[in-house]
Amino acid sequence: MTVIGVVGAGVMGVGVAQNLAQTGHDVVLVDTNEEILAAARATIWRNARMSRLMGGPALDPDDVLSRITTAVGAEAVAKADVVIENVTENWDVKRSVYETMDAVCGPDTIFIVNTSAIPITKVAAVTGRPDKVVGVHFMNPVPAKPACELIPGFHTTAETVERTRDLLTAMGKKAIDVKDACGFVSNRVLMLTVNEAAFLVHEGVATAESVDEVFRSCFGHPMGPLETADLIGVDTILYSVEVLYEHYADSKYRPCPLLKQMTDAGLHGRKSGRGFYTYAN
Amino acid sequence: MSGSTKDQILDFVRSRYPQAEIDESQDIFALGFVNSLFAMELVMFIEKTFAIAIPNDELKIDNFRTANTMAELVGRLSPARV
Repeated sequence: MTVIGVVGAGVMGVGVAQNLAQTGHDVVLVDTNEEILAAARATIWRNARMSRLMGGPALDPDDVLSRITTAVGAEAVAKADVVIENVTENWDVKRSVYETMDAVCGPDTIFIVNTSAIPITKVAAVTGRPDKVVGVHFMNPVPAKPACELIPGFHTTAETVERTRDLLTAMGKKAIDVKDACGFVSNRVLMLTVNEAAFLVHEGVATAESVDEVFRSCFGHPMGPLETADLIGVDTILYSVEVLYEHYADSKYRPCPLLKQMTDAGLHGRKSGRGFYTYAN
Repeated sequence: MSGSTKDQILDFVRSRYPQAEIDESQDIFALGFVNSLFAMELVMFIEKTFAIAIPNDELKIDNFRTANTMAELVGRLSPARV
């Protein structure tokens, strides 16, 4: 039986773990402390319970959770055949996690980098297995999204890409091939859009409601950019824009001060109960 | 009692979508801008506000389309209320 390690039990890690478990995989989900893991188990149980309501399959939440083992510390994924890493979009944190994973995992273990912006080749370079490091940009909420970006790094082999594609297929995902460039396709466009939308609110040109209504009513998008920011996490949006800004050294990616202030103030979106909108958590 | 249940539900929905005109028989998911994530918020709001646990087999979108159907659900799950 294939064991999949999932490192990071935040919004993405929780979604990835649930998606894997509900498609019959055994999962080891790790994070830095037991409190986060307890919250993750509660979230997975709740989200699995809501699955049918959200347009997904009817799930038994206890059954989904029974496939997921939780543990503190990245060392716990030592026996995994594949590790999907979902830690925060902060380079120092990511680097340290990859150094640990590289030291404890077997030589054939594939590392999947779930990132919205960090170049895969840069991550692969801190490991001794750059041929087995590949990027997958999952979309949120992971179990509900039918596709993701699949990004080989410079040294990633075709075998690694195909093993990863097979896993994604088993998770019910279509993999869209994209080359390794910071932000890939999705976030080169999306993060700039969200950032500019935040500037519109920051400058008082429009309210968050009006910005989102333009996208929904005029463009036919199911959600506006600021609702999307709340779903992704305002802090994550800020980190992603900062990564793009640093990587391309291009002022078009300068982060909106409002995103910084909201992040500092704890207005991180749905997960914190308040972002551009307020939620009943 | 079910009137006040309905009103509390309508107040909650209207507070999230102040730009929409929503009455008790309006299918909120047919409005075009209410997505399934809001259904999850509705479940949490209803369970917390009316102190009930909605069984898994009742967690289907048809129960959450209108303030009427939600109030009926609350009524079914808390007989003392009706």
